[in-house]
Amino acid sequence: MLEARELSFQFSPGVSLLQAVSLTLSAGQWVGLSGDSGAGKSTLGKLLAGYVTPQAGHISLDGEALPSRGLQPVQWLPQSPELAVNPRWRVGKILREAWAPSNAQCQAFGIQPGWLSRFPHALSGGELQRVCVLRALAPGVRFLIADEISTMLDPITQLELWQALKQEAEKRQLGVLVISHDTALLERLCPQRYHLHDGQLTSWSAE
Amino acid sequence: MSEAQPRLRAALSLGVTTLLVLGLVASQWLLGDSAQQMQFDARLAPPSLNHWLGTDALGRELWARTLAGLALSFWVGCLAALLSTLIALSLAALATLSPRLDALVSLVIDTLLSVPHLILLMLIAFALGGGTQAVIIAVAITHWPRLARVLRAELLQLRQAPYVLISQALGKSRWFVLHAHLLPHLIPHCLVGALLLFPHAILHEAALTFLGFGLSPSQPAIGVLLAEAMRYLSGGYWWLGVFPGLALLMMVLSFERLSNHLRRAL
Repeated sequence: MLEARELSFQFSPGVSLLQAVSLTLSAGQWVGLSGDSGAGKSTLGKLLAGYVTPQAGHISLDGEALPSRGLQPVQWLPQSPELAVNPRWRVGKILREAWAPSNAQCQAFGIQPGWLSRFPHALSGGELQRVCVLRALAPGVRFLIADEISTMLDPITQLELWQALKQEAEKRQLGVLVISHDTALLERLCPQRYHLHDGQLTSWSAE
Repeated sequence: MSEAQPRLRAALSLGVTTLLVLGLVASQWLLGDSAQQMQFDARLAPPSLNHWLGTDALGRELWARTLAGLALSFWVGCLAALLSTLIALSLAALATLSPRLDALVSLVIDTLLSVPHLILLMLIAFALGGGTQAVIIAVAITHWPRLARVLRAELLQLRQAPYVLISQALGKSRWFVLHAHLLPHLIPHCLVGALLLFPHAILHEAALTFLGFGLSPSQPAIGVLLAEAMRYLSGGYWWLGVFPGLALLMMVLSFERLSNHLRRAL
């Protein structure tokens, strides 16, 4: 279980972004996180993945601190896939950076064999995002922080991506935190949803 | 057209500089020992059809000595710039490994930058006993800090790039991140940095040799030619200083222009 307790974070003294935020994500659980731009959703995601250190509070995985080295069990998927890949690497090398996905897994995420020999700039944002999602699903990963990963995709591709991720998550009992402005998407994907406002989390349900 | 212009200029500069270097290399092969051949009946002869750039006090052809001097300066400059770039790159890479190493590298950079490097150059060349090797080492040791500072800043910025952070989160070691993600991005910086160091290295080699701390007086280095010319300038033998000086200026300017154009193009 991934647990964040009383997390506080501020970029500059006196300007608090997150105030004593607590959140729990269990294996196989899908949690949605919405909030206005600048509310601190991405920062909370980065905190949970260990990219940023909180000023107060702590994050634990099964009661222990997140590992400082090696493959991180909590993986962060950023909004802009073009920034998440080395522009000098071919897509095949990017995809296999941490593990070697099977052809069936590539197919499930709609990754065409022809993409693998291209450079990232020759792929669209949506195509690149699928590569990033599959890259993050290395064996040993238990939680995913999906930060607006389908914002730049058309509705059909969005559906395909989420379906593939859902299947993989169910198979491996992955816990997923879906960060999005799209409340309809969160309602569809996540039984439990939170809204971040003024540094505080509030639970919300469909009207 | 405006986007293509920097590349066109860089290509032209590269062409001119390559021709210059090829000419220098070919001249050494064709000249043989012409730079050392003395003609006692033509000592201190002014430029003419028989002696294109004139001759020196021992009747040696100045054009042959200038070409030989340029070739020597070129190799000294190349090796010193290469060594300097390697030192800069290694220390910048070291700085990314831990905050303590970063502080140490920054301290060394700041300390070296605070010392006037001509004095340091003379001290190192003198301590190493002079000669080609001493000049190369002295120039290399004193010229890396500025490039190291640029490379370090670039690496520190790159280290925060999302794909680098993701690579670390995917379990990749610091060494892997350094050589697979960070260092390849620095190749253009190193190339331009080395090219910018090259004219400095040549000028400092000439300055050291001129001051007597560099190459041996028996070698036809530009610094040696200029130092010799100083003794005859008051006698009106202007060609002894003007032609080697102009040749040095031409080479320095061609490499300086090439590095500036490449910096804009890359």
